[in-house]
Amino acid sequence: MKFTADLAIDWMTKANQKIQDNKDYLSSLDQAIGDGDHGINMARGFDAVMNKLGNNDYEQVADVWKESAMTLMSKVGGASGPLFGTALLKMSMAVKGEAEVDDKTFVEALEDALAGIKQRGKAEEGEKTMIDVWAPVVEKMNEAQTVEAGVLRDTAESAMEATKDIVATKGRAAYLKERSKGHLDPGSVSSYYLFAALAETLEGEG
Amino acid sequence: MANVGIVVISHSEKAAEGIKEIVDQAVGKVAVEAAGGLEDGEIGTSLEKIQAAIQHVHNDQGVVMFYDLGSAKMNAEMAIEMLELENVHLAEAPVLEGAYLAAVEASMGKSLKEIVKALEKEF
Repeated sequence: MKFTADLAIDWMTKANQKIQDNKDYLSSLDQAIGDGDHGINMARGFDAVMNKLGNNDYEQVADVWKESAMTLMSKVGGASGPLFGTALLKMSMAVKGEAEVDDKTFVEALEDALAGIKQRGKAEEGEKTMIDVWAPVVEKMNEAQTVEAGVLRDTAESAMEATKDIVATKGRAAYLKERSKGHLDPGSVSSYYLFAALAETLEGEG
Repeated sequence: MANVGIVVISHSEKAAEGIKEIVDQAVGKVAVEAAGGLEDGEIGTSLEKIQAAIQHVHNDQGVVMFYDLGSAKMNAEMAIEMLELENVHLAEAPVLEGAYLAAVEASMGKSLKEIVKALEKEF
């Protein structure tokens, strides 16, 4: 893999598309176990990211991710802003100075992102949060030491679906306790969109 | 010498303003700044608003901050990290009662350390 700034922009563009297309769905998931604004928040944030990326030139992957991170942090509003923002910010720090990111560095960046999300959210796996998608994805990528589109998508998708059976112990859904069971975690669904978009970007490249 | 400043963070602009009003009216002599809602007044918390509020009340005595719900805490922590200011404390206390107690203590010229201790004792 040679992941360039153009591919990084393509990834964000595809992620934005999925978020916008599923804005109402994400909010409906959040209405069931949260405060119902996840779709609106993410759509607003990614819209702002696209505006920002469209108006500037980027030579490095790190710059694209950093710009996206800062925009999400300031525009999303709910917990997702700091969390997705932290993830991308950590990724940008891990690939700083590289015009083309290889598989090994990309995997390291994902590992840093996961560590950042855990630290920011003070959460671990199994609490019905986006970590329940990020952790298995990072683990799979780490084992293979390569970022393969099909594996990425499948791992993210099954991990996202598995959040349905978890009882929430972190985030707003934790107030619902047992009643949070049977619903997908909205942050995990958006994380799945993010990884599915990345898979598409990688496939387009291959 | 200036008193410790206070920042009230809420998902609602109105709630943050309302808490500031209560504290201002009762205590005075203490800089209280509200950072509620998003830029456009929607429900949420804004990293930029929080950073601006901290800068507004910050002085060498420091700042104590109060928040309402989980994501406000994340944004508050990031704002502190990004500003790289000394003497900014994010309190774990009920947002209204905490801000009120802190303001009373601050108005008596108590240090940030003393205020944090008083909050921990009370809540």
